[in-house]
Amino acid sequence: MSGITTTPRWTRVLGYTVITAVAALYVSPIAFMVVGSLKPNAAVLAEAGSWRAFFPSEVSLNNYTAVFERVEFLRFLLNSIIITGSIVAAGLVVNSMAAYAFARLRWPGRTVLFTAVLALMILPFEAIAVPLFYQITLLGWRDTYVAQILPFIANPLSIYLFYAFFIGIPRELEEAARVDGASTARSFAQIIVPNCKPVFATVAIVSFLFYWGFYLWPLMVTVGPEVRPLPVAIAQFQTLPPLRWGDIMAFGVMMVAPVLALFLIFQRAFIQGVAATGLKG
Amino acid sequence: MNARPPRGPMGLRQREAWAGWLFAAPALLGLALFMAVPFVLAVGLSFTNLRLGSPLPTRFVGVENYARLLEDDAFRRALLNNAIFALAVVPLQTALALALALMLNLDLRGRAVYRALFFMPVVFPMALIAVVWQLIYAEGDSGLLNGFLGAISFGYIEPQAWLRDPRLALPAIIVLSIWQGVGFQMVVLLAGLQAIPRMLYESAALDGASAWQRLRFVTLPQLRNPLVFTALITTILAFRVFDQVQIMTRGGPNRATTTVMYEAIQAAYSRQQVGYAAAMTVVFFVCVLIIALVQRRLVCEEREVA
Repeated sequence: MSGITTTPRWTRVLGYTVITAVAALYVSPIAFMVVGSLKPNAAVLAEAGSWRAFFPSEVSLNNYTAVFERVEFLRFLLNSIIITGSIVAAGLVVNSMAAYAFARLRWPGRTVLFTAVLALMILPFEAIAVPLFYQITLLGWRDTYVAQILPFIANPLSIYLFYAFFIGIPRELEEAARVDGASTARSFAQIIVPNCKPVFATVAIVSFLFYWGFYLWPLMVTVGPEVRPLPVAIAQFQTLPPLRWGDIMAFGVMMVAPVLALFLIFQRAFIQGVAATGLKG
Repeated sequence: MNARPPRGPMGLRQREAWAGWLFAAPALLGLALFMAVPFVLAVGLSFTNLRLGSPLPTRFVGVENYARLLEDDAFRRALLNNAIFALAVVPLQTALALALALMLNLDLRGRAVYRALFFMPVVFPMALIAVVWQLIYAEGDSGLLNGFLGAISFGYIEPQAWLRDPRLALPAIIVLSIWQGVGFQMVVLLAGLQAIPRMLYESAALDGASAWQRLRFVTLPQLRNPLVFTALITTILAFRVFDQVQIMTRGGPNRATTTVMYEAIQAAYSRQQVGYAAAMTVVFFVCVLIIALVQRRLVCEEREVA
């Protein structure tokens, strides 16, 4: 009989074989994209149906330079950085402050309002996309950064994640500061924030991932290329004649590279953050 | 704690109340303006004939939009597609995520690498995936999938027009969506697996339970909440599908891949029928709400038993 705490040997061997095969199959679309971005345009399409799809016959960065020549890639990248960066940064401040008020401060109306915030968690963005589009049109905000940033700063899920974390911080930590006469603002900034870095990381990662890939809303509110972010830009780049798959793949690699780099550096935080959101949400 | 002496012009209590309001105000204002107002507006507009840029005055039309929805073939097809999508994605993705999580939970060397590989598509924007997968699904010999299937079946499987065949287009989009979504479900289940006390397995093994019995009577019951929860999120995501459909098929061929959100955005944006589109999103929200309530019941029942 096998040991109690160790996995039997044959299960391991089988496990390795299966999981390596699945993993290879699983990353193949990504490998296909990266290899395609390095090949001559014609070869991408010609070799897509064979094993050569994963091996570059001729390697060059021509496709990458072509992207910059054909569209204003840097502008789209900058737009994505401005939009996502603003939502994440402002969201961390605004939502953590609200969560602190709900978790720690006594003020009239907090119970009712907190229940309302929790209820809003179930409201998906798609359910309000149409009237929000109407609102933004009335305000004359179409084709602006504001329309892509302001509506998404306050977020009920972020407030909830902060709240759940703050509730677990012992009150004594703050009491000591309060006795010294620290204001609420200082006690929040100097005691709570430094002790709650993991939840700030989680919220930042989850909202960054979502808004970096946000497609539906910018598709509705952007018209020209001025404030167009990357996801809308790649969809349009693909329909821009002539159809050159190598260029499209290069665009894709450059679009995902910043996220992938952050993911590889902060892998643990990414996975734990997403898992934590999943377990709590 | 409550009996602290007042300090300065305001009592401590009052200062705290002010601080509470000030701290919460920016977020509450944002939520009110950009979630609560649009939601009320969605319900309100759904009873009007509002069209952007229409010279006709907007008026109250009662339930006319909802009555029209019942007759709208495209919308009914969209609802059906969302239901099919959910019924296919939820069990398949959950089973795959569970299988991957169980494999990663064995003490494999390099587990972090595998976990990162399976998680990687989660960080890819759906718009990018939808663009790249069009070449994977390309017709004839130039498609990666056709080439792969032809090679492993020694040419037995004929090349397919994945995105243009009405029978294959929705399954093709389902597969891509599972590919992107499974990593999320996997890491949540893996975290759930690692939270199961080892003791439970040890006592099960002492009782002579087989590997299958341990999975059936220890692992799955312990994983119940993460399973129900991730299934809920996946179901709701299945009703939110838009990006891949808009980019890859535009709802076609012949409405085979249209979804509620695709129809709603078409109505609001392309045809400027805001009132009618609002009615669609209200129906969409009711679907999401029903799914969430069912899930809450499932989790509550479990808590009562425990």
